[in-house]
Amino acid sequence: MHHVVVEQWSRRRSFLHVRDARAKLLVALALLAALATAPASPISAVPFAFLVLTGIAAARLPMASMLRKAAVVLPFSLLFALVEWAAGQPMAGMALLAKSYVSALTVLLLVASTPQPLLLSGMESLGAPRLLVLMAQTLYRYLFVISEQAQHMRLAASCRQGSGARRSRARAFQAAAGALAILFARSYSRAEGIQRAMAARGFTGDFHSLQRRSFNSRDTVFACAGAALAVLAHLVARRP
Amino acid sequence: MSPLIEVRGLRYRYEDGTDALRGIDFTVYPGETVVLLGANGSGKTTFLLHLNGLLQGEGSVRVCGMDVSPRNFREVRSKVGMVFQDADEQLFMPTVLDDVAFGPLNQGFPAEEAAARARSALARVGLGDIEHRAPYHLSAGEKRRAALAGVLAMEPEILVLDEPTTYLDPPAQRNLIGLLVSLPQAKVVATHDVRFAAALATRAVFFDKGRVAKEGKLDEIVELFQWDWGT
Amino acid sequence: MHIPDNFLSTRVWLTLDGVAAPAVAWVARRAHKGLDEARIPLLGVLGAFVFAAQMVNFPVGVGTSAHLVGGALLTAILGPAPAALVMTAIIATQAFVFQDGGVLALGANVFNMALAGVLAAWVPLRLFSGRRRVSLFLAGFLSVAMSAGLALAELTISGIRMPPRLLALSAGLFAIGAIVEGMITLAAVRAIERLNPRWIGPAPANGSRAWAAIAFAAVLVVVVGLFAASGAPDGVMQIGQWADLHARPVWAAPMADYSLPAGPLWLRRPAAAMLGLGLVGGSAVAASYFLLRRRSS
Repeated sequence: MHHVVVEQWSRRRSFLHVRDARAKLLVALALLAALATAPASPISAVPFAFLVLTGIAAARLPMASMLRKAAVVLPFSLLFALVEWAAGQPMAGMALLAKSYVSALTVLLLVASTPQPLLLSGMESLGAPRLLVLMAQTLYRYLFVISEQAQHMRLAASCRQGSGARRSRARAFQAAAGALAILFARSYSRAEGIQRAMAARGFTGDFHSLQRRSFNSRDTVFACAGAALAVLAHLVARRP
Repeated sequence: MSPLIEVRGLRYRYEDGTDALRGIDFTVYPGETVVLLGANGSGKTTFLLHLNGLLQGEGSVRVCGMDVSPRNFREVRSKVGMVFQDADEQLFMPTVLDDVAFGPLNQGFPAEEAAARARSALARVGLGDIEHRAPYHLSAGEKRRAALAGVLAMEPEILVLDEPTTYLDPPAQRNLIGLLVSLPQAKVVATHDVRFAAALATRAVFFDKGRVAKEGKLDEIVELFQWDWGT
Repeated sequence: MHIPDNFLSTRVWLTLDGVAAPAVAWVARRAHKGLDEARIPLLGVLGAFVFAAQMVNFPVGVGTSAHLVGGALLTAILGPAPAALVMTAIIATQAFVFQDGGVLALGANVFNMALAGVLAAWVPLRLFSGRRRVSLFLAGFLSVAMSAGLALAELTISGIRMPPRLLALSAGLFAIGAIVEGMITLAAVRAIERLNPRWIGPAPANGSRAWAAIAFAAVLVVVVGLFAASGAPDGVMQIGQWADLHARPVWAAPMADYSLPAGPLWLRRPAAAMLGLGLVGGSAVAASYFLLRRRSS
């Protein structure tokens, strides 16, 4: 499962991993914005690719797997690159392909070098609504637990389908709806269990959290340097 | 010696009208480990949920001399540490340390003190080295111990455990028994696992259809209800 | 429908980030008001449920299958504000954790699916609350049609010109997708109700039907308009040009002296077209805000 691997990567230790989540978020946003506003040419992506690849090396993350995982954007980009190509703008298509890939790699580097709770609390201190952050935290925590249930159900359904008589499409559709309802019921009772467990440990409606470490001078230097590099890469892309 | 838990005539009816508990009397003294046996649906879990007010029925439930009622929930839930059957539902925070500190933070301790309590509880259950791991990456045994640390961090006087051996392999079960025996708190444990019960119980209670059918020594109860399929 | 980064022009993603951020903050406040904090886990877990539910395949035709998108289902279960918030959490998780949809384009994706999509689902649920089947189908249909139409329009305005045939094809596919989402939403809600009717919130009480009808009309106009506009991008550009002509002095004056690469030039025609789109969407939101208030009072 993709996010389990990324989760493990995010708990490694490196120069990049120990930086404050807010600093990394800001640098990632600066890189993304600088790349997005660079000219529509595949060459624009080159200085950014250089920075991100350096970052992956600095974070001591597995290069090949990272490059493979970021390729999830390629099918979508490829389709539109073909559209541009058909419209007589092959370079614009290539640019789309290269830039969207490097952007995805940038975001992947951010999440692979920042544990998700720190990333979320970083977002919260940068202004994301608290309710949204708490919700995203629970969503992420139970994503795999519930997906696993869905997979079991899918397996069970495919076992049944093999043996029985061929059902009509409408029946199969209804069966899928039934599976969805059962998945919902299980999720719902799990949520009730969580609420019970929270109440049992004295939760009365106010979330408190442990203090996270604060922004230190190295984080400041990192944020400034990262932003400066993003601008530099943008300028390089503008005047090749 | 005054009892830690004193339940008199407890009745509870589900919303659909089924009687889940039909007049339970139950007492626990300091230092005891009381094992609840009984078939699925005999009311064990429903009963346990009354011990910290997660469910409230008719009759009286007193913990450490306090009535279990909304105005006492705060203290009662500090006194009664409850470990649920499904550890995934209990470990809802993103890291183990966050999760174990959840209770102390709710008790009103400042963050540093809460973290210190959480760390010492984790060390107590032998998980000192995994505080920054995500609960998802823990084994079933580690999850159970992390859940236990989550309640120990609140320094309760009574531990309530619902089917604590679920999903545990024999080594993890042995480990859990050793850990529980070493903890000084009074314990109430619902289980189907007679070997596990034998290693812990000072007394056993047999639940049947929402009533206490019999209480006494574990051996007697196991024999009377032929609850152990092994011997 | 998750737009990655670098597909939208700077004006489009910047505008939509600017629209979505305060809108989400407002939705979060709204959702918080009507919510016991003890129920936050439920919202998070239902977000995970929608993720997982996308693994359940619904057979739709020869050898093909579809899956739930979820906006309308969440709206039927939780009401509009919590549903929009859960969808936002889902879209943000998809963008950051799975690189599905861009981070700069997060505002656009949230606007399309979590805000406009949920709104489009909620209006029929509110308007036809007496006719459960119709309202559920329409909720699923309109939410996907709205999100897809907006995404198409944003791509078009960003200068991604699809040949007419391809555009017609994708509009057609989106229309089928919308019908399927309507069917799945209907079937799933009914199956859930059969298991436990308490899980689905009661149909909203009768409020002002006139307002709901206006909001419904607005949603329909936007959906139809978006598809039409995507089909005739030059028309949109013309409107943009016209609006730009009138608006340029206002925009250009205070920024004329700036020489940043993203100076006054980035506020050009497409921005005006977006503005128009925003106005139409905004009026729909405003119409529904009234209904939201009635529901909560």
